[in-house]
Amino acid sequence: MTPEKTSQETMSIFSPALAAKFDALVEKYPMRRSALVPMLLYAQDEIGYLSDALIDEVAARIGITTLDVRNVATYYSMLRFKPVGKYNVQVCTNISCMLRGGYDLFEHLQDKLGIGHKGVTVDGLFSLEEVECIGVCCWAPAIQVNYDFHDDLTNDKVDAVLNSYRAKAKGESANA
Amino acid sequence: MPKLVSHPDEVKVISKRFGMGATNIDRYLELGGYEATRKALAEGPEWIINEMKASGLRGRGGAGFPTGLKWSFVPKQSAKPKYVLVNGDESEPGTCKDHLIFLHDPHSVIEGTIIAGLAIGAKTGFIYLRGEYRYLLEIMEKAVADAYAKGFLGKNIFGSETEFQVITQSGAGAYEVGEESALMESLEGKRGVPRIKPPFPAVVGLYGGPTVINNAETIAAVPHILSMGGAAYAALGSERNGGTRLFGISGHVERPGIYELPMGYNLKKMIYEVAGGIRGGRTLKAVVPGGSSTPVLLPSEIETLGMDFDQVGKAGSMLGSGGVVVLDDQTCIVEFALRTIKFYAHESCGWCIPCREGTDWLHKSLTRFHAGFGTMKDIDNIQYLAENMMGRTFCPLGDAAAMPTIGFVKKFRKEFEDHLNGKPCPYAKHVEVALV
Repeated sequence: MTPEKTSQETMSIFSPALAAKFDALVEKYPMRRSALVPMLLYAQDEIGYLSDALIDEVAARIGITTLDVRNVATYYSMLRFKPVGKYNVQVCTNISCMLRGGYDLFEHLQDKLGIGHKGVTVDGLFSLEEVECIGVCCWAPAIQVNYDFHDDLTNDKVDAVLNSYRAKAKGESANA
Repeated sequence: MPKLVSHPDEVKVISKRFGMGATNIDRYLELGGYEATRKALAEGPEWIINEMKASGLRGRGGAGFPTGLKWSFVPKQSAKPKYVLVNGDESEPGTCKDHLIFLHDPHSVIEGTIIAGLAIGAKTGFIYLRGEYRYLLEIMEKAVADAYAKGFLGKNIFGSETEFQVITQSGAGAYEVGEESALMESLEGKRGVPRIKPPFPAVVGLYGGPTVINNAETIAAVPHILSMGGAAYAALGSERNGGTRLFGISGHVERPGIYELPMGYNLKKMIYEVAGGIRGGRTLKAVVPGGSSTPVLLPSEIETLGMDFDQVGKAGSMLGSGGVVVLDDQTCIVEFALRTIKFYAHESCGWCIPCREGTDWLHKSLTRFHAGFGTMKDIDNIQYLAENMMGRTFCPLGDAAAMPTIGFVKKFRKEFEDHLNGKPCPYAKHVEVALV
């Protein structure tokens, strides 16, 4: 079943810029659904998680069923079905990071933030996640906050990293 | 920001433009960029493939298949379009070499993709990066846009009436997608579940068309090979292992980092001289030579070991992705084995039962064992389970989980036995609660 292309532009849950990006994305490949995986990630970047409305719209844009979208989405570890903090702190504890203190860092962050694996702080500012190798092995231990890498860390350095995000959030709310 | 390191023994080919501002296309051109592509356009497919064969370049993703030979398998005539697919899903623990290529030299990847396309007669190339590498994808996308603006990509590349398009793609978190058939599934908007082979991608690949899939480092080496000549590149390496490789040294060394060294470079020297030896004056306990899936080596096994596909294979391990993980004398092997298998259990796609169940049971057994509740029989069971996964799955993930596990048990059996009878682990600080 390939539904007619709907007029997403008028009823999109995405920002005009993202909707325009998706209009181009589905036409880019030899096959529309090649856009699916990146599209889900970009949509999540804007909405925060894969909401029902998000899944519905992505399915309609590509022309596949929502079940098909869910089937694919559940496979990929970066795609999530619940909101996370404004800054999602992902700590690598895989071998190269583990050997250089990845678990110490993870424990330290749990103490500092008062949350565990997949927890979200009460103010919604941070969430914490233990993740698999993020490709920063030679500069371990490392974390990724949203898409930003922070490498060669110690407990002190990671405190400074957290503070930089707190300051950033404060700056944003002051400007808002 | 990943720190660049260097050592006098390095032979910089792929890394020669690192740290030189080559992400800027004009700077890249000043540094000799896109000359190899012009040469390839002038000389034609047969010349390209012959140079690649002469170079002795073998796949840098880990399998070590000769690149020129792989390209020559693509049928000349095809009813369906042919494709080049660059694998930048770099996810093998211990591996971060492609990270630096995308960060410092994105145009070398574009050049390699165009050249591979010219060699096999493809008009489209895909460059797939793991979802976590968003900032690197943005660097790649900028480079691709700049190459289009200069007319190096498009309908009429370099004014030659030859078409070549490049499409960049983001993954969304999946180790398994680094396997070539799972990579194609992902690019087709599906779960990254492997395909059965044959048919091989060179015959039936992406969208059913003949497809060449190469690791990002392999592709980045291509323009350099054409510039210097296949034979000159081959001469840099060891027998049947042409050229140089980006070795990523991580773990308990003084100077971890990515070093470009000739193929066949001695592993002991790599650890003690290039990477500055074991951190904090400790001694070497073990080394994982090529990413987490490769069987562990003992200090006695690395004395004269040259790091190329054949020599490391002969030593009972694999050169893999070139990610050298160094373990000092304070490392608990049981914990290390557990962390390794925890990863594979997490990443198994669940398609093949020996992998899905095997990784899960190995994870459970090792968790219990590490927590001090193991029995002597568990040691044999772990090995038995792992041995029964080998070669019984569609893709190499099952083997990737089983091979290192067998290595740890065989080479460190005494340390496993030391964990028996509720004895606390002499090294570990982090004991997970046993769930079984």
